[in-house]
Amino acid sequence: MTNPAFNVLWLQSGGCGGCSMSLLCADTTDFHGHLRDAGIHLLWHPSLSLESGHELIGLLEQIVSGQVRLDALCIEGSLLRGPHGSGRFHVLAGTGIPMIHWVRQLAAQARHVVAVGSCAAWGGVTAGGSNPTDACGLQYEDDRPGGLLGSEFRSASGLPVINIAGCPTHPGWVIDSLMALASETLGDADLDTLGRPRFYADQLVHHGCTRNEYYEYKASAEKPSDLGCMMEHRGCKGTQVHADCNTRLWNGEGSCTRGGYACIACTEPGFQEPGHPFHETPKFAGIPIGLPTDMPKAWFVALASLSKSATPRRVKLNAVADHLVVAPLARKTRLK
Amino acid sequence: MTRLLVGPFNRVEGDLEVTLDIDDGRVTSARVNAPMYRGFEQILQGKNPHDALVYVPRICGICSVSQSVACARALASLGGIQPPPNGQHVTNVMLATENLADHLTHFYLFFMPDFTRPVYARQPWHAEALRRFAPQTGEQTRSAIAARQRWFTLLGTLAGKWPHTQSIEAGGSTRPVEAAERIRLLAKVREFRSFLERELFAAPLELITGLDSEQALWDWHAQDPWRGDFRLFLSMVQSAGLASLGPGPGRYLSYGAYPQPGGGFEFGSGVWLASTGSLMPLDVSGIREDATHAWLSDVAGPRHPVEGITLPDIDKPDAYTWNKAPRLAGQVIETGAIARQLAAAHPLELDAVRRHGGTVYTRVLARVLELARVVPMMENWLRQLQPNAPYCVPSPAFTEGVGVGLSEAARGSLGHWVVASRGRIANYQIVAPTTWNFSPRDKAGTPGALEQALEGALVQPGEATPVSVQHIVRSFDPCMVCTVH
Repeated sequence: MTNPAFNVLWLQSGGCGGCSMSLLCADTTDFHGHLRDAGIHLLWHPSLSLESGHELIGLLEQIVSGQVRLDALCIEGSLLRGPHGSGRFHVLAGTGIPMIHWVRQLAAQARHVVAVGSCAAWGGVTAGGSNPTDACGLQYEDDRPGGLLGSEFRSASGLPVINIAGCPTHPGWVIDSLMALASETLGDADLDTLGRPRFYADQLVHHGCTRNEYYEYKASAEKPSDLGCMMEHRGCKGTQVHADCNTRLWNGEGSCTRGGYACIACTEPGFQEPGHPFHETPKFAGIPIGLPTDMPKAWFVALASLSKSATPRRVKLNAVADHLVVAPLARKTRLK
Repeated sequence: MTRLLVGPFNRVEGDLEVTLDIDDGRVTSARVNAPMYRGFEQILQGKNPHDALVYVPRICGICSVSQSVACARALASLGGIQPPPNGQHVTNVMLATENLADHLTHFYLFFMPDFTRPVYARQPWHAEALRRFAPQTGEQTRSAIAARQRWFTLLGTLAGKWPHTQSIEAGGSTRPVEAAERIRLLAKVREFRSFLERELFAAPLELITGLDSEQALWDWHAQDPWRGDFRLFLSMVQSAGLASLGPGPGRYLSYGAYPQPGGGFEFGSGVWLASTGSLMPLDVSGIREDATHAWLSDVAGPRHPVEGITLPDIDKPDAYTWNKAPRLAGQVIETGAIARQLAAAHPLELDAVRRHGGTVYTRVLARVLELARVVPMMENWLRQLQPNAPYCVPSPAFTEGVGVGLSEAARGSLGHWVVASRGRIANYQIVAPTTWNFSPRDKAGTPGALEQALEGALVQPGEATPVSVQHIVRSFDPCMVCTVH
């Protein structure tokens, strides 16, 4: 006997739709076949379903009344509580009802609730600046537990909201999470302290960064398109940020640092308001404030100054150029 | 008269609701509502101007590169800098990758599935439509998603990731291309060309771009009316009456697309008027945004974006959307691929619009035509990249002044206006393509482009979400998150 399909409903609120567009870039030659083979059934997705208008409203009503089983409620985009708690900044079209009311009712029926992207997880960019719409995440507001559903919320499975954070989120993180949920292999112990799946959140963006030789010698990029390490001057937070972006690449072979720009910590709560310009590194007495989190600061400073004084000429020159100006030597001796 | 509330719309980007007044089976009046507001123009206040490059792509996940390009141009204009030729070419490649992906996504995932609906069960092509375009199971739907995924690997290399790249700078691109990479990128463009030539057109791209009249188009179609997805679409145009469905206002705006290092554009700028069949020069000083029917403050009346205000006023009487009503010299404008191809004077598009006006058919035709026209341009830009020449010039501090960034997104003309004071953003205003196309009424009560296009649409007995309305709405490929940002 085959198991019944794992029913997924995907709704968008105060975001940009980018996590859905990113999802379609999943590394497979047959996107729908990939999901189907994993037993995942998309009840409805805003970009991928035929049903429109009254057909969708009918489905939502059936889920709320318990007639249709909902295994995973995926919410993309932040939840807009404003103005004055009314939720009127986002009314679900055709219903006259604010989206936050729909989400509360649907979450109460769902076996799992999944926040897709940093908006749904923490509030994200939509909560930036003066946060004009009073945007928040499903279970967090930046790093403060709470959000729309409250810190005590647990879905029918007993799990808190699963935060597949990222701006956008990586398609692999979403597909792997859904497949793990569908096969009942994602439990409490597989989530980090912020509810992120540990299979990607136990990594650092720094891991696998192609600029690591420049990092070793603190040979630093000074302007956009330079090849050097972007931590010292260009605002890169890759040594502190939880994600596997440089080992599980984007769109075939990309990552922010490989694209020539700094990691802005888009998987972390509150990344939208770093308190400094994104592409400048805040420093105190010439030393970056944001150092690797699990290393004594004094050791870091000592090692950095030592390695900087030992930087090979090749690394030093290439760091501030936009292409290799000095290639590694090709010696005639055999490698030892 | 009856009133119908239609929504939520899907297979569009973002949130959309349409209120229709119906009499005798026809839409007599339409009101278009974008029911979500996020407030980017408020979020950007007080930021370091350069940080706009982080925020604005996040307006939209379907055309984030378009937002980045408009922002980078606004900052370049503010700072008085010009990207080097490599930076311009590679930015054009990135923007074109996104624009063509949008056209592909629109055709296969957003527009064609409506022809699988039971309402078309008696059409001779219905079974074929189901086989090719059924959502989640259609053969062509699935192979188009696979082609799209491969296509975006171009942006893995050039942009680090898509969406929300930060490689686009005011001074060019942060991602230089090595000589061997350029060869690989060209191979990827050829792979996409091959998908288009095999599946969409079943013909070489040059045959499509060389069609110089409707006669030539329909002669080619008649040779094998269902061969390739484009010709099947043309068969549907004939039997579903798409050539007269959803007429627009007859005025088409393009800011000019894909600027070249020597000056000028690949697709020129201007306002094409159906009444005279001619192209008028562009004057962006004539743009005003009217917020009379938006849930936004309209103190001091319609404003040019440099002086624009975006502040919620949710209990405003007579308001019905979060979208403002932009007007050019007081007039309603349509923008999109149709406008670009008219401004660029492509003979097929000119001939089709002269005969039918701006309709569901001619809008989709222009988008498909761009798929064929732009791929060879991309091959050309990639060939022109100079290894070891600069891709980016450093940016100044952007302390004081006004910048304007105009670009062409897949859906049409996108403008960013930035005002900087003491190194901070004092004002930032965005007028997106769908802001034009899905505009509400203005102070004079004149409906926006889609509102006009919906008038006269057929509503069949028992239809709660009329299929003709769905075709018309989707022919514009709206991007509601951009509209209201």
